[in-house]
Amino acid sequence: MAGAGLLNFGFEFVEIFAFIVLATVGLAVIFGMMGIINLAHGEFILVGAYATTFAFAAGAPLPLAMLTGVVLTAVYGLVLERLIIRHLYGRLLDSMVVTWGISLVMIQLTRIVFGNTAPGIGIPFGQLPIVDGPVYYLVLAVVAVGVLGGLYALFMWTDFGIRARATMQDEATARSMGVDTDRMYMSTFAVGSGLAGLAGALYAPVMTITPEYGTGFLIEAFVAVVVGGASVLVGTVLASGLLGTVNAAVTNVAGTFMGQVAMLIAAIVAIRLMPDGITGLLADWRENRGEGQ
Amino acid sequence: MSVDSSDGPLAAVRRPFEGPNTMGNSPAFWLGLAVAVAVLAAMPVLFGLYAAEVGAVFLAYALLGMSLAFIWGYCGILSFGQVAFFGVAGYAFGIVAINVATLTGLTVALIASIAVSTVFAAALGYFMFYGGVRDVYVTILTLVVALVLYTFMGQTAGGEWAVGDARLGGFNGMSGVPDLAVGVGSTGVEIGLLGHYYVTLGALVATYLGLRALVNSQFGYAMVATREDEDRTAMFGYDTTFIKLVVFTIGGAIAGLGGVLFTTQNNYVDPSVFGITAAALPVVWASVGGRTSLLGTVGAALAIQFVDYRLALSGSEWALVLIGSLLVIVVLLMPEGVAPRLHEYVLEYREDADPSPVPREPPAATEEVSD
Repeated sequence: MAGAGLLNFGFEFVEIFAFIVLATVGLAVIFGMMGIINLAHGEFILVGAYATTFAFAAGAPLPLAMLTGVVLTAVYGLVLERLIIRHLYGRLLDSMVVTWGISLVMIQLTRIVFGNTAPGIGIPFGQLPIVDGPVYYLVLAVVAVGVLGGLYALFMWTDFGIRARATMQDEATARSMGVDTDRMYMSTFAVGSGLAGLAGALYAPVMTITPEYGTGFLIEAFVAVVVGGASVLVGTVLASGLLGTVNAAVTNVAGTFMGQVAMLIAAIVAIRLMPDGITGLLADWRENRGEGQ
Repeated sequence: MSVDSSDGPLAAVRRPFEGPNTMGNSPAFWLGLAVAVAVLAAMPVLFGLYAAEVGAVFLAYALLGMSLAFIWGYCGILSFGQVAFFGVAGYAFGIVAINVATLTGLTVALIASIAVSTVFAAALGYFMFYGGVRDVYVTILTLVVALVLYTFMGQTAGGEWAVGDARLGGFNGMSGVPDLAVGVGSTGVEIGLLGHYYVTLGALVATYLGLRALVNSQFGYAMVATREDEDRTAMFGYDTTFIKLVVFTIGGAIAGLGGVLFTTQNNYVDPSVFGITAAALPVVWASVGGRTSLLGTVGAALAIQFVDYRLALSGSEWALVLIGSLLVIVVLLMPEGVAPRLHEYVLEYREDADPSPVPREPPAATEEVSD
């Protein structure tokens, strides 16, 4: 029985970890690169989900439908960035307020245009043996790890990544070295939007799609970004790992709701101990060690 | 009218409420304010009891908006979760009042519910500000608190979620919350529909005047200094962390007062007060009306909620689209909000009309948000 319990815990962890990573990563890219918390993040996810589900209902195979969701959300983010967000760089609180306004408009427009329900998609791949859950959650976990790996490669190994990180670190210097920083912000925002769309697309078969669909991702995404801190990849991975472990352990013993409560308490304690997030703590630690030597 | 002479007896009454931190320090302003309050007071007479019923809700919302304008506009703390205190006070009142529905019980409920929201704000504020949580993180944390309360209250549908006779009721909400009443034993007054309107209006005016006096006091200067440059203010020897805590706590108390008046008006409270749409509304009012103007925020709250109500009555679903677009447009074109912009026009007009070398009032600071 202990083996089955451990297996259940493992599955629970994988499921929650994947959810937090996928819900957070788009928000984290935009926050880490531009310092903007995108309050319309949930509605970017919504765009991805609606595009996926309608493409699927129109007869597209599921992977293609999901790709449609990602691409449409990225394009949508790009348009929004050009029209509105770019006027708000350097006005962080204003940008949060404005994106919240966008979020209100989008939720209500979705309700007006599509009504309160959307066509569903069946969960693909069937059920797992031994533990109680669909195979699809394991696929999601693989995708989540793949996304993290892909982002690492994108930001560390490509020319785009170097320019983007240069812009993030010191915009004025990057511009004087010939980096088109305006374009970097634009493309980073599109990447972040695309990732939000991916979350919406991937969870379209699992969660009921309503105009409030995006709100279901918000708590996890915000909490993970705050706990993780400003560094996109390390922060997301560590925060998702920490929160996922706590949530899965308690869920396994006391049920889903208590799992969420425990995760939030863990997050609050983590923020109390590390006001700049996990990566802020790591940076301090690194600095202290540098001084010691 | 003799209000025009600035040396008259009224000037002494006005003095504590005036200073560089508030807009509208002229006799004309106070006259206008008196007229506006008189018009609001005349509403039930002009439009009947139903207007009082609806109007009281708007006025309670205005209190909520003012709590945000106070902490955001004057101390730079942007809270996206003011509704948390609003709703918690509403639930607290309901729990106490349903269990002890006597005059004394209702008085206790009123005091207890505001105390609960105040203590809640103080605890959250202590935790955040003394924990070194700053700027964007404060904003996100407060929003998460509201969203978590929404989730929590939403799952309390079962019979085990009850405090005495008061069932929390999940998404169906807590119904049967008694009206407001004040008294001890058998002597006291139950506040009916019309009375409730005037109590809410009185609370709004009193809070407004109280906050004006506060922001123009020594403490108010320290608040504004903290908003402008926290590090520098701390260097001058001010305990900025404590200042932020006090401001945040007062904000929570005011939001709680609004919540109690809201809940007792509707005799009902449900988790949607914590929802993301409800949480957005105070931010909309303060951004559109102008967060550095308490009165601007109140005006925006009343106007926006009135339009929202009319649209809902006519069966239109476009209210939220309108409110969201308004928010985006105002922040893009007029980042400081409507009231501060109007104030600048008035000052310019006065300067043109009056060539005497009167020292111009410093324009209200508007640039703190990009910090």
